[in-house]
Amino acid sequence: MTALQVIASLVAVTAVSGCTNLLYEIPVETPLEPKLDVSGFQRILIAGFVVGGTEDVDANLETARLLKSQLRTNSDLDVIDAEVIELLTVAEEQAGFVAPRGGSGRDREISVIDDLETTEADPENLDAEPADTQLSEEDLEAYEQIFADASYWRQLGEEYQNPLIVTGTIHFAPYERSGMVSREREVYDSFGRRQVAPVRAYQERRGYVLSPKFIFIDGGTGATLYTEQHREEILYDARQNTPALSSYFELMDRLLPSFLGTLSSESIRGTRILIR
Amino acid sequence: MVIRTLVLAYVLAVAAPIAAEADERSNAQAQVDFGIAVAQRGLWREAIYRWKRASELDPSYAPAWNNLGIAYENKGAFDKARDAYETALDLEPNNLDIQQNYDLFREINDRVTSDR
Repeated sequence: MTALQVIASLVAVTAVSGCTNLLYEIPVETPLEPKLDVSGFQRILIAGFVVGGTEDVDANLETARLLKSQLRTNSDLDVIDAEVIELLTVAEEQAGFVAPRGGSGRDREISVIDDLETTEADPENLDAEPADTQLSEEDLEAYEQIFADASYWRQLGEEYQNPLIVTGTIHFAPYERSGMVSREREVYDSFGRRQVAPVRAYQERRGYVLSPKFIFIDGGTGATLYTEQHREEILYDARQNTPALSSYFELMDRLLPSFLGTLSSESIRGTRILIR
Repeated sequence: MVIRTLVLAYVLAVAAPIAAEADERSNAQAQVDFGIAVAQRGLWREAIYRWKRASELDPSYAPAWNNLGIAYENKGAFDKARDAYETALDLEPNNLDIQQNYDLFREINDRVTSDR
């Protein structure tokens, strides 16, 4: 063995021994603190919501019902079992006005073109929709002054022993997006072998968009403590007939963890790689 | 004779510092091993102690910092977790396992900072 070979083998042994990593996958549970300090509250009141969009779902009632049931199982706060307030009417009465409904026509149908290859959406479709009385997202903004009315919320709070009040706006509307979509198609070559090839095709898709704004109010002072806004959408093949209520629950399901994370601690489960 | 001299020279010039370094590394590795064993049993506080010790013994030992990042993340100490992961990545920028841990951590951390 030459001197060079001896040194080379020594270096090689040194290098190999220094480079070996052993990996261990380990489950982790990352704790997240609540976004809002609710330690000063014992009770929570889901007051009601100013709602707009489709009338196929009573978003005020359904949201209040869903949040109450979720809070009962996922929060330490006592959920007050009270009638849901028709906040839209209250807001109109308080302001002494009737805000324009369906003025913008934004909810009637929203068509979005996926990409440049798409043919233009038929404008006649938009015109074909009957004029409705549904409130658009823009219309809802006109009603938001009720959330700043501290005396109204303080008065409501007094009725229920100063709870944390949850209110806000909910906009749930039909949504349409047409364009080119990729899907896989089975093809057989001349030898009868099966292959899967990507095919792009024009597809009409319909669904719903849900945009809630949750406002948390201190029932003792009437002051807004925290606001959080979401926007979720879901699309189906236009031939598929999915009930509005089912889409509503599917969309609410996505944002419930965030809502609950405002009031109580949550944890995110995952795995990480420990290295030796 | 020449070979002996060369080997001796190698030992003095390369192997001796490596051996000293290896000594620190093996001590750090022992702490890391123990940390892994206790973390697998859910004893994260002890694991943090071991991995901190390992990072003190050998500050260039990336696995100690990576594991420390995981432990801090599991405790909800996001700032400390970020520092530990970033130190690990500074030491081993091409380590895909550390990068993956860091990416997953950042996903949660970004959500927390945007929400709160």
